[in-house]
Amino acid sequence: MAYTVPKEAYNGKINQVEVGRNQHKLIMGGEETLPFLSFEGKAVSTVPLALEIQDINPTGDWASSLTEIYGSVMDNPAEWARMCQDEFKADMICLRLAGTHPDNGDRSPQEAGKIVEAVLSAIKVPLIILGSNHVEKDAAVIKHVAEVAANTGSIIGKAQEKNYKTFAAVATAYGHKLVALSDLDINLSKQLNILLTQSGFDSKNIIIDAMSSTLGYGLEYTYSVMERIRLSALQQNDAMMQMPMICDIGEVTWKVKEAKATEQDQPAWGAVRPRGILWEVLTALSFLMAGGNLVVFRHPEALSRVRSILAELMATA
Amino acid sequence: MGLTGIQIFKYLPKTNCGDCKFPTCLAFAMRLAAAQVRLDACPHVSEEAKKVLTEVSAPPIRLVKLGMGDRTIELGDETVLFRHEKKFNHPSALALLIADNLTDQEIEQKIQQVNNSVMERVGQKLRVELICLQERSADPARFAQVAKKIVASSEAGLILSSFKPEMIKAALAETAARNPLIYAATEENYSQMTALAKEYKLPLAVFSDKGLEALSSLAEKVAAEGVEDLVLDSGARSSGRMLSDLTQIRRAAIKKKFKPLGYPTIIFPGEGGGDALMEAARAGIGIMKYASLIVLNSIEKEVLLPLYTLRQNIFTDPQQPMQVAENLYKVGEPNQDSPLLITTNFSLTYFIVLGEIENSKVPSWLLVADSEGLSVLTAWAADKFNAPKIAKLVKKQNVEEIVKHRKLIIPGYVSILSGEIEEELPGWKVLVGPREAANIPKYLRDMTSSAAL
Repeated sequence: MAYTVPKEAYNGKINQVEVGRNQHKLIMGGEETLPFLSFEGKAVSTVPLALEIQDINPTGDWASSLTEIYGSVMDNPAEWARMCQDEFKADMICLRLAGTHPDNGDRSPQEAGKIVEAVLSAIKVPLIILGSNHVEKDAAVIKHVAEVAANTGSIIGKAQEKNYKTFAAVATAYGHKLVALSDLDINLSKQLNILLTQSGFDSKNIIIDAMSSTLGYGLEYTYSVMERIRLSALQQNDAMMQMPMICDIGEVTWKVKEAKATEQDQPAWGAVRPRGILWEVLTALSFLMAGGNLVVFRHPEALSRVRSILAELMATA
Repeated sequence: MGLTGIQIFKYLPKTNCGDCKFPTCLAFAMRLAAAQVRLDACPHVSEEAKKVLTEVSAPPIRLVKLGMGDRTIELGDETVLFRHEKKFNHPSALALLIADNLTDQEIEQKIQQVNNSVMERVGQKLRVELICLQERSADPARFAQVAKKIVASSEAGLILSSFKPEMIKAALAETAARNPLIYAATEENYSQMTALAKEYKLPLAVFSDKGLEALSSLAEKVAAEGVEDLVLDSGARSSGRMLSDLTQIRRAAIKKKFKPLGYPTIIFPGEGGGDALMEAARAGIGIMKYASLIVLNSIEKEVLLPLYTLRQNIFTDPQQPMQVAENLYKVGEPNQDSPLLITTNFSLTYFIVLGEIENSKVPSWLLVADSEGLSVLTAWAADKFNAPKIAKLVKKQNVEEIVKHRKLIIPGYVSILSGEIEEELPGWKVLVGPREAANIPKYLRDMTSSAAL
């Protein structure tokens, strides 16, 4: 029996999105196959890996495996961003404006704007600017910070069903790409993309956030929702599912005890440092296997490990 | 290939005798078409029909068993490419590689590491299922001696790894009863390896790194000689080729019904280079994408916990949410004055709520109600998480003897239940907690600092 390579014929492809400014633009998406299957077509060729920083020092909130790496730069978002770019070779910086949350400092849009400005002047790589996941406050903050970051080709987020109009308006006005977040459901994700498009937003500027979970805490749900989104983009040529997908995994990963409990507290779980890194690495790889195009990490070594694996996945055998 | 129930029905006796435990031949035919029963359940089927139908009723990927008794390991028998379509049947089995040229003491340590690899998560016992003994000594006596030692000191499944048939032969005399996997038949040695597998009735791995065409034709030759329990190794050692080969093998078997590749697979993620984390990362890709058997060089606890968890996640039944047992759980070291929260028994809900209570560092009681694995809102909508049930649970778990206060914190999404619960539980006050688990730490900290209890 002769073997023939079982290739799938796909009708659709993933939008290619370009972000950043000057000579430091990056592309993501653009693939025409399921992840890394170059034997059947044009596979994904760049997957930007970002590191997350915050506008306020997260000591106490972040695991010590992380805070011991960043140390004093956590007091200065611009220096922190520079460290991630220069020392840890992040392809992008993801600035989460955690301090704008009403329960976590309630910083004003103007204060947040100053930090965005400082971070932008400290780095060359593209910037992702995220709110604090408070729908009303995020809308207020983004109006101002999107303007501060005008024409830098940044990614802003996260637009949700309750605030997408504000996000769409400022992303269009100031030339940003938009992260569209929905509640872990393929239909909700599609619906938000339709709402954004109907409001006049260019669907080519949307990045899907299917809602990331982490290993052991709902990973299989995100994994399958993302896999289904990719399949409907490629097989059914569904234009409302053909956006690149972001995997915002650092925040969810470094919350769980498996990633941060010390060996003294959990002797049966082994050394905390490699365990935490592997927790983030496997979470990232899962979502990349399911169709992710951009990953936001918190641990620089998790990022560099995934970069090595990506090199293997993209090497033409 | 791929006959419908009606087509299959034509080959059956049409007596509706019921010996297959189905009321009619047609009902049996339908089950057969859906690959839910095996043809041997019908004792009356003719030889001719058997020939035609065996092809149809055979699973696209053969079920291969290794090991003995309650430590039997099942591989293969998968029917889909994506886990949302249908549950993946057999979780990737993990093996630790032991080389026979290590010292006896090192070997003993590694065997014990496998024996002590059991961890429990969400009520499941997870372990490294096998030991892969690799011949490096070039000494059949040494190889056989270590194999014997492994069988004597562990109940794990066994893989005997050498491309030299005389090595395998030496070890089999002592270990065949463990039902080990012979690794591996190659283009050069396959007739001798196949003869050994036949003699001892054992499964056999087939290795070719010359592409899937070469691998499939080798598997075909081995099968033609009468060994059908095969495991495939395409020689892929880096993530890229592993993913590409394993995907092609799985697709060829399931979508093209290509029999020469319709077998479980084996990978060696450590042979791609790098340290234990790189090995684990490649093993992770193997768990997600179609590796049946994964041989590891390192099984330190910090690597096992993430891999076990990933395996559990990927191989969960997508139609059947994982559940935790109904109970009153301690978070930290709560006392009779500690806060009491209630949630449902969907494992994800439980884990997230538990994690956030832990993050609050406020010792608490977490009462988990059996909602048949539904999350809070869904359970409320389906009437599986309601006031009478909650009241009954509070009584059943003796909560009133365990805590001194009478305050129950309910999820914010079901605030509507508070009045009704207070009616069902006289003397109790219901506090409405946050809607999102992420806000639990702040809620609990505010509550304890303001001494609401």
